[in-house]
Amino acid sequence: MTALPDSTDKKLGLVIDLDTCVGCHACVTACKGWNTQNYGAPLADMDAYGAEPVGSFLNRVHAFEVQPEAGAAQTIHFPKSCLHCDDAPCVTVCPTGASYKRVEDGIVLVNEDACMGCGLCAWACPYGARELDQDAGVMKKCTLCVDRIYNETLPEEDRVPACVRTCPAGARHFGDFADPESNVSKLTAERGGMALMPEQGTQPVNRYLPPRPKDTMEEVDVLAPLLKPVAEEPKGFLGWLDKALEKL
Amino acid sequence: MARFCRRAGVPARAGMHPQQEEAERSRMTQHQPAIDLSPRTSDEIRKTTCYMCACRCGINVHMKDGKVAYIEGNRDHPVNQGVLCAKGSSGIMQVNAPSRLRAPLKRVGPRGSGQFEEISWEEALTLATDWLAPIRAEAPEKLAFFTGRDQSQSFTSFWAQAFGTPNYAAHGGFCSVNMAAGGIYTMGGAFWEFGQPDWDHAKLFMLFGVAEDHDSNPIKMGLGKLKARGAKVIGVNPIRSGYNAVADEWIGITPGTDGLFILSLVHCLLKAGKIDLEYLTWYTDAPCLVNCDESSDEYGLILRDEEGRALVWDRIERRPRCYDKPDVCPDLGGTWVNEGIEHRSVFQFMVERYLSEDYAPEAVAERCGIPAGKIRAIANELARVAFEEAFEIQQEWTDFRGKKHKVMKGRPVAMHAMRGISAHANGFQTCRALHTLQILLGTVEVPGGFRFKPPYPKPVEAHPTPHCKSQPGHPLDGPHLGFVRGPEHLALKEDGTPARIDKAFSWENPMSAHGLMHMVISNAHAGDPYKIDTLFMYMANMSWNSSMNTKGVMEMLTDKGEDGEYLIPRIIYSDAYSSEMVAYADLVLPDTTYLERHDCISLLDRPICEADGAADAIRWPVVEPDRDVRGFQSVLCDLGARLGLPGFVNEDGSQKYADYGDYITNHIRRPGIGPLFGWRKGEDGSEQPGRGAPNPEQLQRYIDNGGFHLQHVPDAARYYKPWNMDYQDWAVKMGFYDVPHPYLFTLYCEPMRKFQLAAEGHGERQPPEHLRARIKATMDPLPIWWDTVEENRGAEFPVHALTQRPMAMYHSWGSQNAWLRQIHGRNPLYVPTKIWEENGFAEGDWARVTSPHGEIVVPVAHMAALNENTVWTWNAIGKRKGAWALEEDAPEATKGFLLNHLIHELLPEKGDGLRWSNSDPITGQAAWFDLRVRIEKAPAPDPAESQPAFGPIASPVGHGPKVNRQKVG
Repeated sequence: MTALPDSTDKKLGLVIDLDTCVGCHACVTACKGWNTQNYGAPLADMDAYGAEPVGSFLNRVHAFEVQPEAGAAQTIHFPKSCLHCDDAPCVTVCPTGASYKRVEDGIVLVNEDACMGCGLCAWACPYGARELDQDAGVMKKCTLCVDRIYNETLPEEDRVPACVRTCPAGARHFGDFADPESNVSKLTAERGGMALMPEQGTQPVNRYLPPRPKDTMEEVDVLAPLLKPVAEEPKGFLGWLDKALEKL
Repeated sequence: MARFCRRAGVPARAGMHPQQEEAERSRMTQHQPAIDLSPRTSDEIRKTTCYMCACRCGINVHMKDGKVAYIEGNRDHPVNQGVLCAKGSSGIMQVNAPSRLRAPLKRVGPRGSGQFEEISWEEALTLATDWLAPIRAEAPEKLAFFTGRDQSQSFTSFWAQAFGTPNYAAHGGFCSVNMAAGGIYTMGGAFWEFGQPDWDHAKLFMLFGVAEDHDSNPIKMGLGKLKARGAKVIGVNPIRSGYNAVADEWIGITPGTDGLFILSLVHCLLKAGKIDLEYLTWYTDAPCLVNCDESSDEYGLILRDEEGRALVWDRIERRPRCYDKPDVCPDLGGTWVNEGIEHRSVFQFMVERYLSEDYAPEAVAERCGIPAGKIRAIANELARVAFEEAFEIQQEWTDFRGKKHKVMKGRPVAMHAMRGISAHANGFQTCRALHTLQILLGTVEVPGGFRFKPPYPKPVEAHPTPHCKSQPGHPLDGPHLGFVRGPEHLALKEDGTPARIDKAFSWENPMSAHGLMHMVISNAHAGDPYKIDTLFMYMANMSWNSSMNTKGVMEMLTDKGEDGEYLIPRIIYSDAYSSEMVAYADLVLPDTTYLERHDCISLLDRPICEADGAADAIRWPVVEPDRDVRGFQSVLCDLGARLGLPGFVNEDGSQKYADYGDYITNHIRRPGIGPLFGWRKGEDGSEQPGRGAPNPEQLQRYIDNGGFHLQHVPDAARYYKPWNMDYQDWAVKMGFYDVPHPYLFTLYCEPMRKFQLAAEGHGERQPPEHLRARIKATMDPLPIWWDTVEENRGAEFPVHALTQRPMAMYHSWGSQNAWLRQIHGRNPLYVPTKIWEENGFAEGDWARVTSPHGEIVVPVAHMAALNENTVWTWNAIGKRKGAWALEEDAPEATKGFLLNHLIHELLPEKGDGLRWSNSDPITGQAAWFDLRVRIEKAPAPDPAESQPAFGPIASPVGHGPKVNRQKVG
């Protein structure tokens, strides 16, 4: 059993805007590209060109359909990675101390040197946010790009997670939830940011901005305020036109 | 800095006293391992241009130990401003792909078997020269040279022109020529590469026929801007995926009816007078006068002065005057009767047509699958935002009549569309209808609307006409592709038959501005209009996902005549990867990947400009190939010299351009104009943008600048570009054209009327009798809509079937890479709820899908957010066994399938003894999306593979490794 810190100085995490995410998977491969090259073992792909390719990804985009009682069905794109929970069951379940939550910033990491690949943490995570790398036999998860966000070899503006830097629609935001004035705290307050499955009691840090209401345009009849006919027939229309042109 | 405070309500961990907690914390802190927070990302960053799709974003390629370590977006680049899509970030899997070809290949087995031997470049180029030199000397038209997703068309067309064959084009004919040509013929520019929504000012954005693609990052970035401001997005698309998933309003239109829906919006707005009369008066041909005398040779043509300039009725002087006079006062309702001949304004024709109740929402609702009240609601919203949320930018500018304007008026309604509305037989007219709607609202080239990107706008008159006169041993008489102004520009031989193998610019499809790549193989196979000798293709997967009737095309490529020789005698193909088409070549010229080559993304070609800036870019070899491969364009420089092509040899006959990089630097297209517009040499030796002499340091300047050059549009030139002299003068300075070229938007497409006139019996060039009625009906100079259901036997085949590429693979030549295939490795047929329930489908089921042309048996999946009469699948996920270095049991090769098997290049027989092309009768655009099918539950095939299944082709590169561990350094 591994302990969690009572508190962390910062609570770094992501806000993901489900009203804006178009499901392009840019964050998925930017994450893969950075993290296979950096923290820990590479993110291997087993059977890479075969029948059942299975690779380690730290971030995946799922798509769901929602069928409202009335009106058209909707498609929701839902990116999912580790939510860096305050009460992270993946840490407390770890028998070797490999999984831990950083006291400085709350990032949940796996010390691969201490990981024996037992998989208990993946079993304990209610979000399915951990994947065992089948090649290296170690547990893989989102690092919040801990090797980018403080990286002094990178320009300051690039010190954000790879998924945030690459997101074409700007649907991903990175910041400190412990700071009420941070971009992520403000977005969460303004747009009603939601915790994922709060009933699990894991106190996730990441927040999701819900999709705005859709398909709200009311049908209108011929008396629509702006569609009042100026004429019914071409002749009448040209009469209207002549008067309108006089006014120009 | 705010400190973390433990929130109330977080339970302490069970069974632990505070002291224990503190101890645990201490232990934990001690065990928190030290990690390197500042690892070195790379030894060096090399900045070049992505080629994972057609977007051409700037990328930072991080190098470590001489190898590619990581790819990210270039923040300074005008296209992507730092972001990068799923393909771009997976480029590293492309550079290392096991499917990369390794050396030139000569076929040793039967065509289609995939059996090759590796040969040297000298042997390959000697062979190609031996095949091509006699063709050029005797009958250059017997070479058909077509390129697919290539982006060096100004270069490849230059080569083909020098060779002398009329048979050259790229892939636009089966992609989206209707959108491109519809835009050019209507407003001198089109969506995507030639223009973009004003993402910074639009308050209402309407998106037609685009869910995932065209273009990639800029649309997502733009949607992000709109969403951040809370602007409204309306998505018109039968499929609610991608961009339509985030649309605030989704209009799940019935495929092929967009034109009818748009013209109904036009009807509503016109009837309510919610149109921009000032804009129509000053910037469009709406006030131009049209000859109304049915007996005249000029019936339906625009009245012009002796110099050919259009005339309008002047409201004040009460006489016809040239449209561009400084003090002219055009009358939208003008009529002039001269010597008994009546002339009426274009606008009057529009009023008469579109006020008709045929276009009333109630009349079109059922056909479009959109309630009449919803059509009115959208029209109402367009009117509200365009006219009640109009705004001004405080910026003076001067129009082409010399009038100074204090402000730039804005109408914040922007629109974008692509293949979904264009890949129909009625697509050209639908695209024109959409532009007509934009123009009536006054939202083109104004703040908040749709904006052109330099070097556009450019009217039809500033574009070339097609050329097709070939003679042995000589170059062609001009550029192959262009914009016809009338029958006089058709590419016909003296006997009236088509001059081109694809029959582009013939009476069958007179305005086929991008050629008809999809007809090349079937026409060559049939020897119609003539036989060819060598088919030479680049990046075009014609034996698989880039052809209609894929199985038929495979047979055409391997069919032999009675003499035992192949009907298409020789096939040369260039590709970087082991694609399905490789197996059908006699000679394979292996290309490099995009990080191993020179390229230019040129203003002469398909530019990467933004509305606020002209830009071009390069690729350069950031890594050297580790295989015996060469960039295709460099190979053409060599081959051109071996063939002695003018432009490719020096006066002494020696090779003019050592490679493509040399060509990019030193080629001169017009005086002072070359492939790249940055850092040219001025007369005083200084470096300058726009015009100038070649600069031997030019490529290095691009490399030093991050791979691109950008020139900002001056503030006074940012909007109203077609009529704005500040823009026109700047465009001349930059070399986009040689003299200012202001013009009017053409709601009335006069070239189309000229074809109608021919069909009515006027003029020397006359269409064949069997095409006369169709030309008269379809070449209407004002947008019309017609139903394509009957010709696709819609009564027997009630369901629409569509394809689209997913965002993570859109336009991606090498999408079959280890990472992306894990995202999109399967493509079930997505079935809407109604059809799902009618057939009693369950997950895991299979369906037989039948079209007038053929049938497939494929896996199905349920999708609710889908037009109720439409099924669809992802295109080009399905692969042929043995291709792309995949194992033969890869899901792409077993479950994956193509809808292409259901689509024929010809329409079903009508019983008139003729076979009509399955394409737009105006442009020849392949009508992929007119496909109609029947669907029924079917037993799972045994083995459980999508049908038709094809035998494996031998892989010239073997298969990929079992485990992929990407990490360097």
